[in-house]
Amino acid sequence: MREAIEDLLAAYAEAIDDGALERWPQFFTEDGEYHIITRESYAAGLLIGIMYCGSRGMMEDRVQALRTANIYEPHAYRHLIGRPTIERNDSAFAVRTNFCIYRIAQDGDTVVFATGQYIDQIVEDRGTLRLRSRRVVLDSRRVDILLVLPL
Amino acid sequence: MDIPVTHAPGIGLVWPREGVTRVPFQVFSDPAIYAEEQKRFFRGPIWNFLCLEIEIPKPGDWRLATVGETPVVVTRDEHGTIHALVNRCAHKGALVCLQERGNAKALTCVYHSWSYDLAGRLQSVAFRHGVRGKGGMPEDFSPEQHRLEPLRVEVFCGLVFGTFSDATVPVETYLGETMARMIRRNLGRPLRLLGMHSQIIHNNWKLYAENVRDSYHATLLHTFYTTFKVNRLDMDGGMLLSEDGRHSISYARRDTLQQSDEYQKVHAAQYKSALAAPEMLDTWTEFDDGITHCIQTVFPTLVVQLTLNSLAVRFFTPRGIDKTELFWIYLGAQDDDEEQTRKRLMQSNLTGAAGLVSLEDGCINEFVQRGTRGSEDRNAFLEMGGRDVASSDGSRATETGIRGFWKGYRELMGF
Repeated sequence: MREAIEDLLAAYAEAIDDGALERWPQFFTEDGEYHIITRESYAAGLLIGIMYCGSRGMMEDRVQALRTANIYEPHAYRHLIGRPTIERNDSAFAVRTNFCIYRIAQDGDTVVFATGQYIDQIVEDRGTLRLRSRRVVLDSRRVDILLVLPL
Repeated sequence: MDIPVTHAPGIGLVWPREGVTRVPFQVFSDPAIYAEEQKRFFRGPIWNFLCLEIEIPKPGDWRLATVGETPVVVTRDEHGTIHALVNRCAHKGALVCLQERGNAKALTCVYHSWSYDLAGRLQSVAFRHGVRGKGGMPEDFSPEQHRLEPLRVEVFCGLVFGTFSDATVPVETYLGETMARMIRRNLGRPLRLLGMHSQIIHNNWKLYAENVRDSYHATLLHTFYTTFKVNRLDMDGGMLLSEDGRHSISYARRDTLQQSDEYQKVHAAQYKSALAAPEMLDTWTEFDDGITHCIQTVFPTLVVQLTLNSLAVRFFTPRGIDKTELFWIYLGAQDDDEEQTRKRLMQSNLTGAAGLVSLEDGCINEFVQRGTRGSEDRNAFLEMGGRDVASSDGSRATETGIRGFWKGYRELMGF
């Protein structure tokens, strides 16, 4: 099972790094939750972070918006993800994975854009492992410039 | 030997005779102007937003802030009174409070253990009488003559303001009646902190001050609104300015949306699809005045917004001539029910560093910063909606709010 979970985590990162963002919502269950929040807010139990999607539909809207409505300088990410810790609960796998995400601008400028931890609930959904919940907990409270591509 | 005082060379800035309809690009990149702002502007007769009262609810709570680049600590003393102090030890000038927020009975500098009460008064000095009778401060040392430099503080609707100047009029007078009324509408109730984060934008702070007063750009740059038909400039709305022009309210009424031919011509209206998950914009009517969107600026660096049900306070602070930190604080009312809180969470997607409606502001001001490099002798042109500084009822296609900012800026800077 570890191998299957690690494959899911790797495929998720690869889809985003390749710019295949239309695939991003498919890594979640239909009612999957996606939440980017700072470590400080997460520790304080605050509700609102930086991005919240309460369903696959909201993720699709995000992708639609960044393709058709939002304006920003072109850039891409490169994810490096660590070895996950995995705990089996009654209904899901609780998985935590460290990440470091670089942002590559069109002029080649490459910076560490975000570091933190994915805190995931992963379930088997019609024979496929999917994220029921992904909390992206950012180490820093600061976002450089803007955040438009999902992490 | 006395070191002779070096006088700062005069700032070679000539403001164009067209007044507030022109802005010399030099003001966004000249280090001499930036240095002068720290003194004349941020220490001038203005109210600087420091923090929210609910961030320091208990006696002994403190929170760091900045006024311009000056580090400040905001405290609540044992009697509940709020103080703002320059976070600079009266001894050697080191930072006294290091953590972003905390709680303590006294503020003690780590360098030489000079200790202050929560009002900033020096209480004790380590080794004041020496060690085993040797060393120590001179006989005439008097702790009463040393303290953390205080700012005057006023709290209005949970907003904590500070000023260095004795000449600053009371906050309500500073705001004027219209501005004070709108703040009271949105924040004059028990509030709950729902979240906060910040973003670093790579531009001079004044470009963001312009940007938040720029109702002209709203639906042109931020195409999410038009794309998903949330808001357009032909909605009933307008731009209200305070009497002195410094503060502004951009407002809209959602229910009066009408078709307008002008919108067929700009790219902002090309995309017609609806949301796959429209529940993101589920709202409830919080006030009966029909206003569904209001973005209010308080001179110079505070913004209060209630857009649909997204209640937030933004403020920004310079981190260098071309670097600004923009903070977002999301709020709810204490008596919100679970469903209302959920709606505020959903709508928080509209604003912030990843805001579907606001994220472009993270880069657009940087585009101006970069675009004006090498053109410091040229000017921005600000004549949309006329050349005056006055409220614009019925239209937000105006730059009157920006002109109002520059009017205030020039008055303080003497430009």
